[in-house]
Amino acid sequence: MGTQLRSRWSCLACAAALVALGGCATTANNPKDPFEGFNRAMFAVNEGLDVVIKPVAQGYDAAAPLPLKVVIGNFFGNIWDAWTAVNNVLQGKGQDAASDLGRVLINSTLGIGGAFDIAGEMGLEKHSEDFGQTLGKWGVADGPFFYWPLIGPRTTRDTFGWMVDVYVDPVWHLDDVALRNSLAATRYINLRASLLPSDKVVEEAAFDRYEYIRDAYLQHRRSEIFDGAQPHEVIVDEPAR
Amino acid sequence: MKFALALLFALFCNLTPALAQENAPDALVRKVTDDVLTVVRQDKDIRSGNTRKAIDLVETKVLPYFNFQRMTALAVGRDWNKATPEQKTRLAEEFKTLLVRTYANALTSYKDQRIVYKPTRLQPDDSSVVVRTEVVQPGSQAVQLDYELAKQGDGWQVYDVRVAGVSLVTNYRDTFSQEVRSNGIDGLIALLGKRNKELQAGKS
Repeated sequence: MGTQLRSRWSCLACAAALVALGGCATTANNPKDPFEGFNRAMFAVNEGLDVVIKPVAQGYDAAAPLPLKVVIGNFFGNIWDAWTAVNNVLQGKGQDAASDLGRVLINSTLGIGGAFDIAGEMGLEKHSEDFGQTLGKWGVADGPFFYWPLIGPRTTRDTFGWMVDVYVDPVWHLDDVALRNSLAATRYINLRASLLPSDKVVEEAAFDRYEYIRDAYLQHRRSEIFDGAQPHEVIVDEPAR
Repeated sequence: MKFALALLFALFCNLTPALAQENAPDALVRKVTDDVLTVVRQDKDIRSGNTRKAIDLVETKVLPYFNFQRMTALAVGRDWNKATPEQKTRLAEEFKTLLVRTYANALTSYKDQRIVYKPTRLQPDDSSVVVRTEVVQPGSQAVQLDYELAKQGDGWQVYDVRVAGVSLVTNYRDTFSQEVRSNGIDGLIALLGKRNKELQAGKS
C-alpha cells in the first residue's frame, strides 16, 4: 500500500513536472531550479507587489498591540493545528496527532475559539505540518523549484501540497464572501508582518536575494520534513585535509 | 548540624557537575546567549536597529566562540582545498565580517522572545555536537535555532548556526561555488570584500 501510494504520487509529480517542462523552454544550469528564468521573473513580480503589501504589513505591525497580534496568530494557528493533526496521522505520528487534536479541543473551548493558546501553556507543544510535508515523508521528491506570484517559493511537490492545503482550508469554505476575504487578507498580512524582521537580515546577507531565498526555502523544507532531525550532509569541511 | 551537613553535601553534589560542565557545549551556548541577550534587553539602540552597536556586541561576546576558518570551509565546500593558506585566511576574514553583520541584524529585531534549551546528547568521545534551542514567541510557532560545535582542545567552538533548519553558512554554497567557477578563489574574495565595503558604507 505504502509503495503503491508513493509511486502514484511520484507519477503525479513527474507528470506535473513534464507539463511544466513543456510549458517553457529553459537554460538550465542548476539541476534543482530548471525554470530559473521564469522564477526570477515571478520573483520580480512579487517584489513589485511587495511595494504595496509591505507598507500594509508594517502599518498593521505598528498599529496592532502585541496582545492583539498574539490573538490573531493563535486564532489562525488553531485552525491550522487541526490540519496538522490530520497530516501527523497520515505520516504515522500518532502521538503528535493526539497532542495536536488535544490542542484544538482545548484551545477551541477553554481558549475561546482559539484566541488563547491554553494548551501550549499546559505543555502541549505546537507542531506545524502540511500536505507537502506529508508527501515528502511518503517519499515524493522535491521536483523542480518554482517561485509563484503571491504564494512565493514552492517545490513542485509542495505546490501540490499547497493546493490540497487550500482545498481543505476552512477559511476558503466560508459562505460569507466578505468574511472569507477579510479573514484570508488578515492572515496574509499577519504572515507578511511576521516576516518583517527577516527582511533586513536577508537584504544584507544575500548576494543575490532570489538565490538566497530559494536555497533557504529548500533547506527549511528539508528540515521540516525530517522534523528538524535531517540526516547530516556529507561534506568536505576539514580545513586540514 | 545534621541539616547543615546535608545541605553542604547537597551543595557539593550540585556543584561538582556544574564545574565539570563549564566547558560543555550546551553550557557554552547558554552562557553566550544569556550574555548577549542581557545586553540587548538593556540596550534600546540595538533594539531600534543600531547595527553598528550590535556588531560591536557580537564581536566582543560571540566571536571568540566561533571558528571562522571552519565555517568558511563549510560555506565554500570542495573549492576550499584549492585555496592557498593566504587565500583561506583572507576568505575567512571577509566571511567573518559578513556573518557578524547578519548575526547583528538578527539581534536588532529582538523583542521579547524567550530561549528554550533542548537537552543535548553528547557522548564522551564526540568531536562535534548539535546544541538545539528554540526561540519562543507568543502567537506564532517557535523557531528552531541550532548551533553546531566542534571540539577544540579543551573547549568547543561553533562552526554552524541553523535558523529554522537553514544554515547561515551552507546557504552560501551555491553562490560561492558559482563565483569560484567563473572567477576563481580570488574572485570570491573580491566579491565578499566588495559586499562588506558596500554594507559598511551604506547603513551602519
